[in-house]
Amino acid sequence: MKPLLTVSNLSRDFVKSLDMVAKLLNKLGQDYREEIVHAVDDVSFEVFRGEIVGVVGESGCGKSTLGRMVAGILPPTKGNVQFDSSQSQNQSIPDALRTQMIFQDPFSSLNPRKRVIDIVTEAPLYHQLITPAQKHEFAAEVMHRVGLDTEAMRRYPHQFSGGQRQRIGIARALAVSPEFLVCDESIAALDVSIQAQILNLFVALKDQLDLTYLFISHDISVIEHISDRVIVMYLGRIVETAPIQAFVKKPNHPYTQALLEGVPRLEVGKRQYEPISGEIPSPLSPPTGCHFHPRCKFATPRCKTEKPALREIAPQHFSACHLNDEA
Amino acid sequence: MTPILQINDLKTHFFTKAGVLKAVDGVSLEIGAGEIVGLVGESGSGKSITGFSIIGLVDAPGRIVGGEILFKGQNLTNLSPQEMQQFRGNRVAMIFQDPMMTLNPVLRIETQMIEAIQAHDPSISRTDAHARSRDTLGLVGISSPEERMRAYPHQFSGGMRQRVSIAIAMLNKPDLIIADEPTTALDVTIQGQVIHEMQRLCRETKTALLWITHDLAVVAGIAERICVMYAGRIVEQGLNTKVISNPIHPYTRGLLGSVPAQNRRGEPLQQIEGMVPSLLNLPEGCAFQNRCSLLTERCSLTPPDVTKTDDGRLVRCFNVTQGDTA
Repeated sequence: MKPLLTVSNLSRDFVKSLDMVAKLLNKLGQDYREEIVHAVDDVSFEVFRGEIVGVVGESGCGKSTLGRMVAGILPPTKGNVQFDSSQSQNQSIPDALRTQMIFQDPFSSLNPRKRVIDIVTEAPLYHQLITPAQKHEFAAEVMHRVGLDTEAMRRYPHQFSGGQRQRIGIARALAVSPEFLVCDESIAALDVSIQAQILNLFVALKDQLDLTYLFISHDISVIEHISDRVIVMYLGRIVETAPIQAFVKKPNHPYTQALLEGVPRLEVGKRQYEPISGEIPSPLSPPTGCHFHPRCKFATPRCKTEKPALREIAPQHFSACHLNDEA
Repeated sequence: MTPILQINDLKTHFFTKAGVLKAVDGVSLEIGAGEIVGLVGESGSGKSITGFSIIGLVDAPGRIVGGEILFKGQNLTNLSPQEMQQFRGNRVAMIFQDPMMTLNPVLRIETQMIEAIQAHDPSISRTDAHARSRDTLGLVGISSPEERMRAYPHQFSGGMRQRVSIAIAMLNKPDLIIADEPTTALDVTIQGQVIHEMQRLCRETKTALLWITHDLAVVAGIAERICVMYAGRIVEQGLNTKVISNPIHPYTRGLLGSVPAQNRRGEPLQQIEGMVPSLLNLPEGCAFQNRCSLLTERCSLTPPDVTKTDDGRLVRCFNVTQGDTA
């Protein structure tokens, strides 16, 4: 089976260029360097049709940058994102529309001065997927699909609650009939009971519309619930990719293990927390070798110098850890 | 044993132009020494306002209009602002969600900590206050506290800043700490560290802790007792194990059902239909009636009173009868 989306050696750097003073001082023999953050560092993976791939990691690990590059909002510094459009039924749609993104904050991702009907139909009108005469009917159909009251299409975003606004965001993404959705922390800003509604909506839409998701979240219980496969990131690199059963039962990388142990869980009940020590290092000067070695309890001298490669340790299960070589 | 804190029928209302907003409407709870109590609810349920009411930080147009807050037998609602000022940060301390907002960005950590000590006891010398601050910083797991004392808040990471605010809350060895979403802004591994420190501190210093959060899984891991709030009232209150494993109130059940859990992976989540009603126009009767699956005719007439079950739980629902444990 051919993957629907292939991401190969994708990297993104953010450079803070030198200011005038530093440039001048450099001319005078000082040594000021540009500060570079490797937000995403040589990341490769594949997503197959109909899959939900979860991306987890803590803040600053590059998961949002990765999502934006996959959605085509942010150009990569190196590498590329390949979308296999030969697999889709409708060949007339421009490739750029096949991937859509749903954002975290339902308050800032909608134009406050536009009515819902205009928010939802702007893209399909521009790309001439519908005619202006069909606008009303089309908006009603899309809004109905995401569980919004179609009576409300002439309202403005501020007249809706957070959960409903997130539904508007989803309706806007679905309006151009995408096949691939990138959800960047799409339920993080919502209340628990509303989170459940939106998660269920995502799963229902996947079945109805044959969608494929890249689901980015810091919330491990959500990722465990929805994903078929999980990508774990740490400081810009993928440390582990695993099918969901292996991720839950047999996490390989010490970081994944620590992450899973630290999650508060309902079913565990009262317990003593035994956290991993240390902070997430600054991405401006990441540790050498394996990025995780200063916090890892199994670290060896080799971990400090040599970057571990992502290797397959079981079918579909990849991990970047030197410990796997010794076993 | 008398509890450290006993709240009886607390009512905090906000008198807005649009009408009276009953943010807290008849909340009763107690916390014993060294006990961790979790107060859980969605946004707008009044859980933070309950915390603010205890520590006397309710701003106009809000006002405590009824009930009493007994701290070791002393009613806090009768204190003058000056007395409350002495009380706050001394006997009761609060930790807020966002440590960047609680720390003064232009003062060194040292200055802020010494100030907090001397504000309550001016007789303590600067040197002593400095030593105590340093020791407290060490206690919450900050390495090389002597050097870190000289730093400014922006030089710390989010997790470290939250540790500093925990240290400041601990400075005067309060009997009660109110923690309002203290780990919500933190990453999972850092959240684990902060919870670990708080658990240890409560165990070692016998400080009582009221942990306010929207995350049931967090309180399930640390609290002895859990109170679930909805639209200004506690709808279910009881021992952690009982509430989590066998919720009675339909709202608690719904809330637990909407949290993704490992043993129900891939199944659709149970969801509570609709959304939290506006506090300005709550329905007559039970506030949860519009979203409830067990709705009866009575529910829309009068709000349900508290029923005590056999296992000592307090539940506000008509479907629970005296002695019912199901």
